[in-house]
Amino acid sequence: MKYLFLFNGRAEGQMAEPGSAAWMETLRAYQAADAAMVEAGVMIDCAPLQPPEAATTVRIRNGETLLTDGPAAEIKEQLGGYALVDCADLDEALEWAATIPAAVHGSVEVRPILEVPS
Amino acid sequence: MATVTRLVGGDLGLAEDAVQDACAAALAQWPAAGVPSDPHAWLVSVARHKALDRIRRESRRLDKERAAMRDLGSPDLPPAAGAGDDELGLIFMCCHPALDAEVRVPLTLRSVCGLTTAEIARAFLVPEATMAKRLVRAKHKIRGAGIPLRVPRPDELEGRLAAVLRVVYLIFTEGHMATGGERLVRGELCDTAVRLARALAELLPDEPEVVGLLALLLLTDARRAARTDARGALVVLEEQDRRLWDRALIAEGEALVTEALRRGRPGPYQLHAAIAACHSTALGGPADTDWRQIAALYGELLRYEPSPVIEANRAVAVAMSEGPAAGLVILDTLADSAQLQRWPQLHVARAELLRRLGRRTEAADAYRLALMLEPPTPERDFIGRRLADVAATR
Repeated sequence: MKYLFLFNGRAEGQMAEPGSAAWMETLRAYQAADAAMVEAGVMIDCAPLQPPEAATTVRIRNGETLLTDGPAAEIKEQLGGYALVDCADLDEALEWAATIPAAVHGSVEVRPILEVPS
Repeated sequence: MATVTRLVGGDLGLAEDAVQDACAAALAQWPAAGVPSDPHAWLVSVARHKALDRIRRESRRLDKERAAMRDLGSPDLPPAAGAGDDELGLIFMCCHPALDAEVRVPLTLRSVCGLTTAEIARAFLVPEATMAKRLVRAKHKIRGAGIPLRVPRPDELEGRLAAVLRVVYLIFTEGHMATGGERLVRGELCDTAVRLARALAELLPDEPEVVGLLALLLLTDARRAARTDARGALVVLEEQDRRLWDRALIAEGEALVTEALRRGRPGPYQLHAAIAACHSTALGGPADTDWRQIAALYGELLRYEPSPVIEANRAVAVAMSEGPAAGLVILDTLADSAQLQRWPQLHVARAELLRRLGRRTEAADAYRLALMLEPPTPERDFIGRRLADVAATR
């Protein structure tokens, strides 16, 4: 089964300065978690995301396309990255999700991928 | 049911329908053709075919079902697990921590114990449609999110087992002390919980907490007949007719908890069981009870469950072994907690000690506070009688 891990991290301002020692440490922690999933053969794809300020939200209402600057929902934790994995079942997915650094300071949402019948 | 659920790839809804079909077929065929030599295997095999039929009839098939059909259609059955392993796997699936804690009890009652949705809805005092909706949502999550039907690995077992034991314990307490409604004890739920605990203890005999839970349920259940009077009103422990206690259950429970504790891995269920054993083996009455030991066990229990409720229970045991004044000191410090203020039993416990100390006005006030918090009807009757007593003899 395929699962999408959504990494919810700390809000801007609380995050480490890019290039700083703390930032490098976080980066290495993510790389280690990613490498372990690649090694185990469950990783399909993963990437960090640019901050929510870079987001544009698209909505179509009454046939009109509305664009909003920023993310769809204002929440305390912000989506900072994702991983798409292929695991045997939820138990395996949850074990991997717990290895993501975001689980420690923020959260990792585990979403099963909806299999669309071909 | 458990085996069929595994065979159809963990789809509880499909398994339920298929088992129902198989039972209907058995009812139709067995009276004429005779009961097959292995009825369980017969039912599983028929249910497997019925499930296959159902999958074929469905027009839209998702990947999961295609996979299930592949497995079902192949001449070789998936690796044969014992029926016991399947049953255990089903319990762990229904008590999975990824499911909402509120739905684990009803789902276990439905899928493991075979209670109908209507029966479960009655036990939880909600409309049947509401309960049906909750169960369907849980089954969708199991299927959609890929919650597996399997017994956790030894390294996962401790955390996962706690959720299972909690569910069995909640089924029992729901039966033993109904949270609402007119009847104080719902015997069927107690029986169901004891059956589940027995099955778990048989499947996991090396887990002392599992054995501890079974012992706790047996020792508590042994007092069932004495807990209510002819009118269904609550009879408190100290006033129960101990001749009504079930000696066989007490002996079994006591032997189990002794054996579990001997393994040297104590836990909350074993400690609760040891406390229940202190009560249940005191056939001579409250004066015959080892309250000092009970107070010590509650003290030990605080290490696992540092809750004011446990502390309140310890206070009562201290009051019994060292006098009501000593117990009241502990209860009075607890009464400051905002959370406990809303707990009627705390006020009842305080009132009982105040009554024994002859402080009747304060006792009456505490009984009144308890009544204002709307305890279950049978307890309300008990408090009302006590209040009338202290008010009359003032």
